[in-house]
Amino acid sequence: MKLHTLRGWRLAAAGACVIALGAGVAAQKLQINGAGATFPYPIYSKWFSEYNKLHPNIEINYQSIGSGGGIRQLTNQTVFFGATDGPMTPAQLAAAPGRVLHFPTVLGAVVPIYNIPGVTGELKFSGVVLADVFLGKITRWNDAAIMKINPGVNLPSTPIAVARRSDGSGTTYIFVDYLSKVSAEFKTRVGVNTAVNWPVGLGGAGNEGVAGLVKQTPGAIGYVELIYALQNNISYGSVQNAAGEFVKATTAAVTKAAAEAVKAMPADFRVSITNAPGAGVYPISSFTWLLFYENPSNKAMAKTMVEFMQWALGDGQKFAEELGYAAVPAPVVQLELAALKKIKL
Amino acid sequence: MTLRDLRRRTVSRVMTLFCAGSVILALIPVGLILFFVVKQGIGSLDWNFFSQLPKPVGETGGGMANAIIGSLVVTALGAVFAIPIGIMSGIYIVESGGTRLGSLARFAADTLNGVPSIVIGVFVYAVAVLPFKTFTAFAGGLALGVMMIPIITRTTEELLRLVPMSLREGALALGATRGRAVFTVVLPAALPGILTGVILALARIAGETAPLLFTAFGNRYWSTSLDQPIATLTVQIYTYALSPYEDWHRQAWAGALVLVTLVFVCSLLARLATRRLQRMHRAG
Amino acid sequence: MKRFVGGAGDRGFRWATGSFALLLIVIVVGIGIVLWRESILSIRAFGFNFWRTSIWDPVAGNFGAAPFIWGTLYSSVLALVIATPIAIGIAIFLSELCPEWLRTPLVFLTELLAAIPSIVYGLWGIFFLIPLVRSTQSSIPAWLAEFPLFTGAPYGVSMGAAAIILAIMIVPFTSSVAREVLRSVPLSQREGAYALGATQWEATRVVLHYARVGIFGAIMLGFGRALGETMAVTMVIGNSARISWSLFEPQYTMAAVIANEFKEAADDLHLHALVEIGLVLFVITLIVNLGSRLLIWRMTREGRPRVAPQAAESAEAAA
Repeated sequence: MKLHTLRGWRLAAAGACVIALGAGVAAQKLQINGAGATFPYPIYSKWFSEYNKLHPNIEINYQSIGSGGGIRQLTNQTVFFGATDGPMTPAQLAAAPGRVLHFPTVLGAVVPIYNIPGVTGELKFSGVVLADVFLGKITRWNDAAIMKINPGVNLPSTPIAVARRSDGSGTTYIFVDYLSKVSAEFKTRVGVNTAVNWPVGLGGAGNEGVAGLVKQTPGAIGYVELIYALQNNISYGSVQNAAGEFVKATTAAVTKAAAEAVKAMPADFRVSITNAPGAGVYPISSFTWLLFYENPSNKAMAKTMVEFMQWALGDGQKFAEELGYAAVPAPVVQLELAALKKIKL
Repeated sequence: MTLRDLRRRTVSRVMTLFCAGSVILALIPVGLILFFVVKQGIGSLDWNFFSQLPKPVGETGGGMANAIIGSLVVTALGAVFAIPIGIMSGIYIVESGGTRLGSLARFAADTLNGVPSIVIGVFVYAVAVLPFKTFTAFAGGLALGVMMIPIITRTTEELLRLVPMSLREGALALGATRGRAVFTVVLPAALPGILTGVILALARIAGETAPLLFTAFGNRYWSTSLDQPIATLTVQIYTYALSPYEDWHRQAWAGALVLVTLVFVCSLLARLATRRLQRMHRAG
Repeated sequence: MKRFVGGAGDRGFRWATGSFALLLIVIVVGIGIVLWRESILSIRAFGFNFWRTSIWDPVAGNFGAAPFIWGTLYSSVLALVIATPIAIGIAIFLSELCPEWLRTPLVFLTELLAAIPSIVYGLWGIFFLIPLVRSTQSSIPAWLAEFPLFTGAPYGVSMGAAAIILAIMIVPFTSSVAREVLRSVPLSQREGAYALGATQWEATRVVLHYARVGIFGAIMLGFGRALGETMAVTMVIGNSARISWSLFEPQYTMAAVIANEFKEAADDLHLHALVEIGLVLFVITLIVNLGSRLLIWRMTREGRPRVAPQAAESAEAAA
């Protein structure tokens, strides 16, 4: 009878589904979900992949959705760990259901990228010029202010197409943190946060989105983590630091930026190193942090992540330089290894 | 023929040409898009694409194997959820003979049909992700299922209405209860058409992205567990498309080609099945 | 169909199927309730000003959704303007003017448009349409670029690109519903017109006039579809909250802002503001869709004469 066939089919199909999917659950793997910053995504994806090769039963699934997203999902406890380049604000820390600890993983640089037809050389940017471009006050590439610091470069009259983040971003945080330090007007009009009210510009999702926008739009300017410029062959400029020098982002210059902070590292590791004083410093540098709860409910995951962090702060740091990041200075690593013990296993 | 008749004839011809032109105009984007997808994607469809996991950022190679499986899992889940609800409510709407519940249900199905997919994603996030504190394949399946329900309800309803009253009356005259009549006589008569409709619904829903953004989340590894995040083809294409990596763009096109092929094959099969079933019905 | 008449078996059947129908209703109502509950902070904080202010400032906690409403309405209306004549043209051609042998393949081909997933439209939009718009914009003469409709830097991502993609997406939708509406016009209308010596177009006009309510409903359904479209739009519209008449300016729609900012809304007010946008989108599409279905329903009910069972069978066999 057709009735029995129909019912029988449905039951069999349901049963098959359950069995097949149950098989997946039964495996011994431990999968840990994390989300957050796109800034360190290249090195995190390298790390998690390498760690998986060393420990095939540990799968750390990281989704790069932006620092704001990482903080939000961690607060909602829909992921086990978060990642951010903009340290959590006191309000965000208070909103979390438990105490959240920050652990710096690498140092990185945010670089101004541009795509100007006909210009292949390197451009110099001062803090004020960058602030004015992103405020919408400078609208063309051949503006007097830009030409003044770039003598000898033939800049066209192409309008500047500003690209910035459409999502909540630690990269944005680092960038606007720097701009607010060098431009009082930027500080009052835009402010410092992972998502700000940009006066101008196109929104791209993630570092990837902004890099993609700049790459495809003639006359565009944007800001991304160094590796995104390198991996995609996008021109990036040098930025004027507090000492007046125009410095291009390199591992050495970024490490120098952290020198002052290393001497006086706060216990919770939440520190800003943008516009740091000193020679040879790259001004738009920053730590990037992984976020863990001090007292997580899933102890197996906690133990695994602590072991991962010990690896990342040790062997993992060797991957940093080839991907355009700077290793965490040794004194800070020691402090972190001690702080990791705070996580209640 | 008067001048006026000539004018009327000309107008008629011109309008016919305009309408034919509209058809051609509408077919141009179809052709363009399909051509583009095939051209950009065909080169990247190798065994690697179907068997490998994504590589770390910036490295070339790797594939979308986990995303393809993920899409199948999530769509199947959606079907498991939507088919019973869709068919049963469709039966109720038709066989209840115009009760208030029946018209309300029809109203609800039409409403649900028009709800934007992103809104459904928000709803399922609030209902299935937040309370359980984790993104899951289950939530993704639920979101797709909610989208499928009104399509299946509508299909069931239309096809049941096509079944002639004589069949129902015959069954009732032989002493069957209403339920028996529907399930043993009416439903089987409409079933081939309903199945076709279900396949079409599956094909359409498999291409949805927005409801999966905050429910299934995404996964770089193999996963078929219902209580873990899962990679899906559509979300993976979206992520890759927005990136600046050429290699990821290439893979996005390949993924799009797979998606489009899947959808077309299902639509074609469904259409052929309809034609064959109609022939069967006519003969029987 | 006669109403249920007594019997325990019948009652069991009624309860079983009825509970699923009830579940369907519960889901729909549930969506409304959940959206309301999750946006309550924003509703209380901003009230009706939410819809009038244009500042969307997550830092300061000021949320005004006017740019998104503007973007959604403008893009959908533009898409409607482009798509409607084409969709109606297709519907007319396929139901009235098309030779029999050509009909099935053409119907299949136009419905292919509907089968293409939204993400594929978006992908094509990014890599084909955007560069096209950009080069078009760069090549328009300077005096034309002064018009409010054409100002802006040549980003490529723009309201115009979004409108084009939306138009392509709603054409098959509107045309298939319009075709159904035209099919339900009784044969007598056409026959009467031809009997009076009408040309093909004039007979079609009679049919169109008869079906005008349903056609309007089909157009509104297309509008409803355009309002809710997310992926293809967010990939080509530029995601910038601003109100502008220009076709070349990047703008933002309600669905797109939810898709972009939802996962990252770090504080509750931001999240609730986004859900409130979702709630309004839900209500608007609800009104548009139900209104149009009502119109079409009324039209097809009136148009189609009560079909006797035997006639239904032969009609089915002939289809």
